[in-house]
Amino acid sequence: MTTRILDGRPYSPLDEVLYWCRELVEDPDFPTVRQWRENGGKVLGHFQVYFPEEIAHAAGMLPFKMRGAALEARQAEARFGSYLCSIIKTSLELALSGRVQLDMFVSHPICDVARNLAAVWGRNFPYPCQILYLPQNANSAHSAQYLCDEYARLKREVEGVAGRTIADDDLRSAIAVFNENRRLMRRLYAIKRDTPWLLPADEAYVLVSIGGMIPREEHNELLKAVIPQIEARTAKPQDRIRVVFEGGFCEQPPLDLLRTISQSMYVVDDDLLIGLRWILEDVPMAGDPLMNLAEAYLEKSSYSPVQHDLRKPKEKMLLERMRAARASAAIITAAKMCEPGLDEQVAYVKALDEHGTPYFVSEFEENMTSFDHLQIQLETFVENLLFA
Amino acid sequence: MNDGQSAETIVGRGAKEGAALFREWFQTLTEAPARGEKAAYVFVMGSMAEVLRAFDFHTVFPEINSLQTAVRRVAHEYLNDAEDYGYSPDICGYVKADFAVQLRGGDHPMGRIPPPALAVYTNACNTYIKWAEIWERMYHVPIFTLDVPGTRAAGEQTWPGHPDFENDKRYVGAQIKELIALCEEVSGRKFDVDRLREVMGHANAMIRAWKRLLELNRSTPAVFNALTDGTVYLGMSNGFRGTPEGAAYFNRVVEEMEYKTAHGLGTLTEEKYRLIFVGVPCYPIFRRFNEMFAEWGGAFVSSTYLWFASGGTNYGWEYDLSRPLDSLAEGVLISVRHAMDSMFFQDRALIDMVGPYQVDGVVFHPIKSCRTTSTGQADTRRAVMAAADVGSLFIESDMMDKRVVSEAQLKNRIDAFFEGLATRKQLAGGG
Repeated sequence: MTTRILDGRPYSPLDEVLYWCRELVEDPDFPTVRQWRENGGKVLGHFQVYFPEEIAHAAGMLPFKMRGAALEARQAEARFGSYLCSIIKTSLELALSGRVQLDMFVSHPICDVARNLAAVWGRNFPYPCQILYLPQNANSAHSAQYLCDEYARLKREVEGVAGRTIADDDLRSAIAVFNENRRLMRRLYAIKRDTPWLLPADEAYVLVSIGGMIPREEHNELLKAVIPQIEARTAKPQDRIRVVFEGGFCEQPPLDLLRTISQSMYVVDDDLLIGLRWILEDVPMAGDPLMNLAEAYLEKSSYSPVQHDLRKPKEKMLLERMRAARASAAIITAAKMCEPGLDEQVAYVKALDEHGTPYFVSEFEENMTSFDHLQIQLETFVENLLFA
Repeated sequence: MNDGQSAETIVGRGAKEGAALFREWFQTLTEAPARGEKAAYVFVMGSMAEVLRAFDFHTVFPEINSLQTAVRRVAHEYLNDAEDYGYSPDICGYVKADFAVQLRGGDHPMGRIPPPALAVYTNACNTYIKWAEIWERMYHVPIFTLDVPGTRAAGEQTWPGHPDFENDKRYVGAQIKELIALCEEVSGRKFDVDRLREVMGHANAMIRAWKRLLELNRSTPAVFNALTDGTVYLGMSNGFRGTPEGAAYFNRVVEEMEYKTAHGLGTLTEEKYRLIFVGVPCYPIFRRFNEMFAEWGGAFVSSTYLWFASGGTNYGWEYDLSRPLDSLAEGVLISVRHAMDSMFFQDRALIDMVGPYQVDGVVFHPIKSCRTTSTGQADTRRAVMAAADVGSLFIESDMMDKRVVSEAQLKNRIDAFFEGLATRKQLAGGG
């Protein structure tokens, strides 16, 4: 690791930790990334949704999750037309405006917009910009081997940028760090699920989101410090409905939107930043680390509208997520102009109708600033459920 | 070239024969269920017609069905049905029109579209995958993603013999074998490699003709309109890929265009400006859209549409029939990748065309419905303008949804574009 980022920031009391985490997560200048780079570190920016961050970490680079920002895309607007989601523009704006400086950029074929992004990025910056072709046929017997080969190719590219080779033991060390990180995030989500009155959705979000912009060892330290403090909170449960929030797999809703929802209901599970939590179990340490990562991506993973897997029909996965979280309703959102999200809304709603499960449908944009109308709609939705 | 034929018998033959074959194709599809024949739903970028025809599946192209509703000016009826069901106004209009066709039991202006026995699609467009998931839910039929890894970064394509290419080819090859097993299951027939070889032979003939056809439009004047005639050819190249009729048709079209080249015959447009079209046409006002260019003497000599919507056939990669399965994997990988390059990394190809095709202007037409072909266009335009001395036009509308097509606004922009081209020509001529 090149440098520590969070030194000097207190890990208690909890409210203070949440305050500075929120400040960092909402800051469109991404000061943690800047600090890393100013200290001589290299940064690999990876667009949503999933990226094998272990490979960048093993090379000593900072894997930075690019998920847009609340800012005006002044320069990026000139690179795109209409009818596109906001995240694509604000992510590019971060780089064009110099707020974030990268040494490598990777996008994925999650959607038609994201795949174009690597080409647009490559025409505007001299550093390597590429598409990581995660397999879209998760059901082929050859997918894991293909992905292992693709990771090996990516590793070579990363080595070139980092200026060092990545040994298998480097990868295993990185996998250990990320396994611990995923365990800690699972604990955080267990708190949301089992005692949601202790952890509102917006607070859980900042604690997860900050992981995408700091060294993961420090994220582990942070989570280890705050989880006991969350568990020690004395808040009492209230008579609120339990909901699953669906639609945050790529563009992120504003924190205030999550806070607005949390004021009316308990968000007991969600797909926010699902890429950071994509792998559901520890990646094995023994054996070929790239194959282990590839198999984990395919076989021990969550779901999202942008991964097609015949074993994981999205609407059934949503119902399973709701069952596991003991949720009685769903909030089905999609980012504006997000084709996969909007496509999936129809399937989700149909399945929920058939299942007799109440739901609330909406769209959002990362830059939205007014939530009054949404709040009234949500309160009406809740009242309809409570007093039906 | 056939000098024994007259202009009366040869010029315009491709359009007439194409229209007739097209109608026959839809009639065949309409009658297929009554004959107990099965249909596979496929897409234009990587239809896998070679494999599917080897099992005698009819290939149904929902993209073509949808654009036909727009050309015939009834798309709004279908879009309304889908939006009433719950689909957003902001998603692909092709998906919605097809969904409505399915809701109507296959009822379509050209005939009755048979239901799918299976669906086969590549990842060349991500919406293909979401689209197929709809059929899976509606019909509970097998859907098969043929995942074709694309170019990772501009100019970094790898080729046979390179380890990265061979890795990708093994993946595509393994999936083709899995597709064949699925086709055996759905059709109840054993795979016949000789039948595959025969289909691939017909595809090879079409590939050669397609490449030649596009090259022939380097002629001055252009021998076909890449926008209007090109759409007819695209329909034929997809619907008849791997058939003797398709191969013969394109050989005759090439013959026609060679005749026109030799005799200096152009399109209906009095050619003053040679244009390249980028993206998907504006089908809700298709004829008028073309007229707005033709009135100024604008002739479309090529288009990226002819590249990607032919599944990369323009690249001209032919199969080696002595090793059919291996060569099919290689050809699918290279061709579908090329189709994707024609959308994501199109700037270099456009710049390289300016000289050989004597291009005066490039028309960029991003649309609401298709983010695959539209997202990168504004940035591509910047790159092309920086590297080539051509005019450019950036106009937005849609391929399906007339609600976002403003003819008056389009005309204003197009008129201004041609006034700019006229000034450029004047200045270049020292005037």
